[in-house]
Amino acid sequence: MRKVYLDYSATTPVKDEVLQEMIPYFTQHFGNPSSLYTLGLEAKAALDKARAQVADLINANPKEIYFTGCGSEADNWTVFGVANALKDKGNHIITTKIEHHAMLHSCEFLEKNGYEVTYLDVEPDGTVKPETLEAAITDKTILISIMFVNNEVGTIEPIKELAAVAKKHGILFHTDAVQALANVPIDVKDLGIDLMSMSAHKIYGPKGVGALYMRRGIRIPNYIHGGAQEMGKRAGTENLPGIVGFGKAAEMAKANIDEHIKHCSELRNYLVERVLNEIPDTFVNGTMEHRHPGNANITFEYIEGESILLLLDYKGISVSTGSACSSKSLKPSHVLDALGVPVEMIHGTVRFTVGDFTTKEDIDYVVESLKEVVEKLRLLSPVNEEKGW
Amino acid sequence: MGLYNDKVMDHFMNPRNVGEIENPDGQGTYGSPVCGDMMQIQIKVDNDVITDAKFKTFGCGSAIASSSMATEMIIGKTIDEALEISNKQIIDELGGLPPVKVHCSVLADHAIKCAIYDYAQKHGKTYAGLEGFDPNADEDDHDDVVEK
Repeated sequence: MRKVYLDYSATTPVKDEVLQEMIPYFTQHFGNPSSLYTLGLEAKAALDKARAQVADLINANPKEIYFTGCGSEADNWTVFGVANALKDKGNHIITTKIEHHAMLHSCEFLEKNGYEVTYLDVEPDGTVKPETLEAAITDKTILISIMFVNNEVGTIEPIKELAAVAKKHGILFHTDAVQALANVPIDVKDLGIDLMSMSAHKIYGPKGVGALYMRRGIRIPNYIHGGAQEMGKRAGTENLPGIVGFGKAAEMAKANIDEHIKHCSELRNYLVERVLNEIPDTFVNGTMEHRHPGNANITFEYIEGESILLLLDYKGISVSTGSACSSKSLKPSHVLDALGVPVEMIHGTVRFTVGDFTTKEDIDYVVESLKEVVEKLRLLSPVNEEKGW
Repeated sequence: MGLYNDKVMDHFMNPRNVGEIENPDGQGTYGSPVCGDMMQIQIKVDNDVITDAKFKTFGCGSAIASSSMATEMIIGKTIDEALEISNKQIIDELGGLPPVKVHCSVLADHAIKCAIYDYAQKHGKTYAGLEGFDPNADEDDHDDVVEK
């Protein structure tokens, strides 16, 4: 059976070049980067190289890159670190309704501990307006965190404008760039970003490695306390093979970014065009204009997403859905809700993300499979175009 | 390797008794698309025995499988026997559902009761198993029902 992976926003396969770079660090160059003999120093050199590679992808100084265990850790570190460091200045944080749970749940935890959080509304296309942000700022605001690219609908936020608002009011600006990294050109200096979360496994690197970019001069407390790793900021023996893989993936992403964006957006557009033209009662959520190059988020009316997912899986196709039934919490997607998509339609929403290994033949197979699956489920459904919702 | 066991998958992939009955003796709908699942069921009754049942369901894999299994379970049963079927029995017949999906079996259980209620109303009948049953009650909180 043909296998088509269309969930690159969930995770990516590790590229072979990345894996080959990593392997010697499990067995041969296994030293602890903190050790002072040659084996350790070699490990330290590999760590420094990876740091420079990641820094280079976002135009940062290597000293501004701190490796973490994942993107969520970088988000948590930022939220709790800034909240703690600036608690005498204020207790107000601004974020959005469409953030990743790593941000939302961290903020909810702070709310239980005396902090106030404003969750900004977004426009129907998923963007946050700089005016909306500015109106929410108070003299107690200590952190603004707005994701760079939304993980469900792929909206690219106007980060430069939003960061400028933060700067104008002297407030730290953080962005969760886990979905943006390697999919959107990022220059942290030009964009005016103070802190930024990243992850390796979304850019063809390994799982279990993330990073926080922290602009030079910012001081927040450590999140993991212990040894002097990561310039004394993040304790714990480094995941050296993982970090080496992150570095290589970042280097490849930088060299490949134009081709990657072109390849993904062409295939994504082809998918969207075919689905909308060939399957009735479908629509795209979010905007097609400033969007993650691989993301297509499509609602199939009158049917439910988990059923679609299961039937596609049976045909070897991997996708994800915003339906409540697919989530352990039984709550429909908070992102689509914030975009104003009616709840009954959120249940019928599927996210497709194409990536570097996707081919046009893959898309053709997915569209043909979708036609069958959607027709089958619509025959089963008590709601339809005639009867309405 | 899947979300559901083989029996659930079989009823999801090849659901039994899908469709609608012309001039049904009773029909019921339970749930709503807003909640993420909704089942419509129609029955034919002859001399207090359910001779046919057809369903249509909007919902996830386990909602469709539970609907399919429930229709199989009631066909050939008397109304009283059908009213005794609990969501637990539907789950057992399916060989188990993941805990988070237990409410899907409740959907089928309630939809059956709604259809029988409709039949009873139209034909001036009363059944002990319908005592206290309100087809319009708790549509919004059917998600909260836990395995009995």
